[in-house]
Amino acid sequence: MSTARQYELVYIVTPEASEQEIADLHTQIEQIVQRFNGTFDKTENWGRKRLAYDIGHHREGTYVVETITGSGELMKEIDRRLRVIDQVIRHLVVRVDEELRVAQRTSEARKAFVARRRVARGLPPERQPGEGRGDGDSQDDMEGLEAQR
Amino acid sequence: MREERGGGRGRGGEKKDGKGAGDAPRRGFFRRRRVCKFCAEKIDYINYKDVRLLAPFLPERGKIQPRRISGTCALHQRKLQVAIKRARQLALIPYVTD
Repeated sequence: MSTARQYELVYIVTPEASEQEIADLHTQIEQIVQRFNGTFDKTENWGRKRLAYDIGHHREGTYVVETITGSGELMKEIDRRLRVIDQVIRHLVVRVDEELRVAQRTSEARKAFVARRRVARGLPPERQPGEGRGDGDSQDDMEGLEAQR
Repeated sequence: MREERGGGRGRGGEKKDGKGAGDAPRRGFFRRRRVCKFCAEKIDYINYKDVRLLAPFLPERGKIQPRRISGTCALHQRKLQVAIKRARQLALIPYVTD
């Protein structure tokens, strides 16, 4: 039923591993995902990065981030497999769908709130381009801040 | 017309100092206006992979900065705490620095 959950998997491969070995690792995980009827959403390779502390005797590692939708059993299997593979020096599985849903809900709620306030003040619900900063209330001020980021 | 000229430059400074007694900071550096960074910038999801986002909350020692100093609201401090701990596991952030 509700087995379709989104997970984020991050793993760190030893710096000694070649491109080919990293690709092999990726296909290995892909096979597990397929076997459990999951889907691969996204893969990101961050490349080699310096570790904040030594893991084993490594000071660097290749980071790979994968977003996977599937069941808990699938992630359990991936977790088990990664634990066994020596090339992977560290990995982390995080369930993200709920967190993202919460984040989306709060941002939507805030947008609705801002729109309601603007309408109450006799303004169009959306912030107009070129609207002054000085006369806005704090809520509007912050919108400018967000745009700058 | 006033906001046209003064808007860009004066905003940041004015807002911060507006509440205090002026530019002379009273009693060391504690006269900072404390606003939750995540509320102010409307960051809903504190991403554990974003080291640049987490870094300001980790003083040199690598400990998580308490709420009373950083001014983060309770909700976001809880989320921040989880994000920092995840980032630590992935060696993005150190557990300790000495």
